[in-house]
Amino acid sequence: MKIFGKELIGYQTPKFQVEVEKGKLKLFSKAIGEMAAVYVDEEAAKSLGYRSLPVPPTFLFCLEMERADPYDWMLELEIPLGNVLHAGQSFTYHETACAGDILQFSGEIIDVYSKKNNELQFIVHRNYVCFLEGAAVAEFDRTVVIQTRGKGN
Amino acid sequence: MNEEQYEEIQVGLHLPAFEAPPLSRQALAIYCGASGDHNPIHVDIDFAKSAGLEDVIAHGMLVMAYAGRMLTNWMPQSAIRNFDIRFLNMTEIGEAICSNGVVREKFIEANQKFLIVEVLAKGQDGLNKLSGSATLSFP
Repeated sequence: MKIFGKELIGYQTPKFQVEVEKGKLKLFSKAIGEMAAVYVDEEAAKSLGYRSLPVPPTFLFCLEMERADPYDWMLELEIPLGNVLHAGQSFTYHETACAGDILQFSGEIIDVYSKKNNELQFIVHRNYVCFLEGAAVAEFDRTVVIQTRGKGN
Repeated sequence: MNEEQYEEIQVGLHLPAFEAPPLSRQALAIYCGASGDHNPIHVDIDFAKSAGLEDVIAHGMLVMAYAGRMLTNWMPQSAIRNFDIRFLNMTEIGEAICSNGVVREKFIEANQKFLIVEVLAKGQDGLNKLSGSATLSFP
């Protein structure tokens, strides 16, 4: 498969908007076994100063999955999904998003590097998340590692 | 968090560990639906085998979500400014993941009190699943 270089930096993924739905937050809490009132009971969340149920720390990643095809850039770059692993993930938070918020996401590839003579290629995709009026909510970076000689080739 | 509570937190303090139940296939299926991450490597054993694995593997983000629970069990989520991890080993069906945290740094900057917590999650065999850090701040 292809060996990627720094020319990939700046590659943009489609912008999109998504509403944070209360039901989805509750389902996510169920999936991770979270039962703390602040994440499942809107009144409890409000009494703690949140506008509604807060978006848990890693859920912004899941919201990006709601765009038409979150794996579109891997398809376009002809990266076989079976050779891809999630190598790292980071989030930087500015505001806590809550149920009912409409969030805008835009994404780009911010770094590309390789190890072991290109056997492992790393691509870092960053999402910028903001409220509709433009105030920043968070940035989060997904680092994927591609096994260049994986069986999926 | 007031001055006194912040003073009480010492570098080296261990956060209460968070132990998740052993991962079942059903848990991965529920996480697949709830997270919107439909990568077949986590739920479709045929796909996993075609990719050279023996079985499906857990979503790394589920393991990170458990580590996030350790943090939010300890401090309100609004305190978390940064959460940064590397995935170290795949997590398989049946593994019980334990998330641990240790306060590694304390500092005050622009009147904000900061804590840096080292985060580590392990399987019951002791193999590290993820490691990283979280930065927390308090007005």
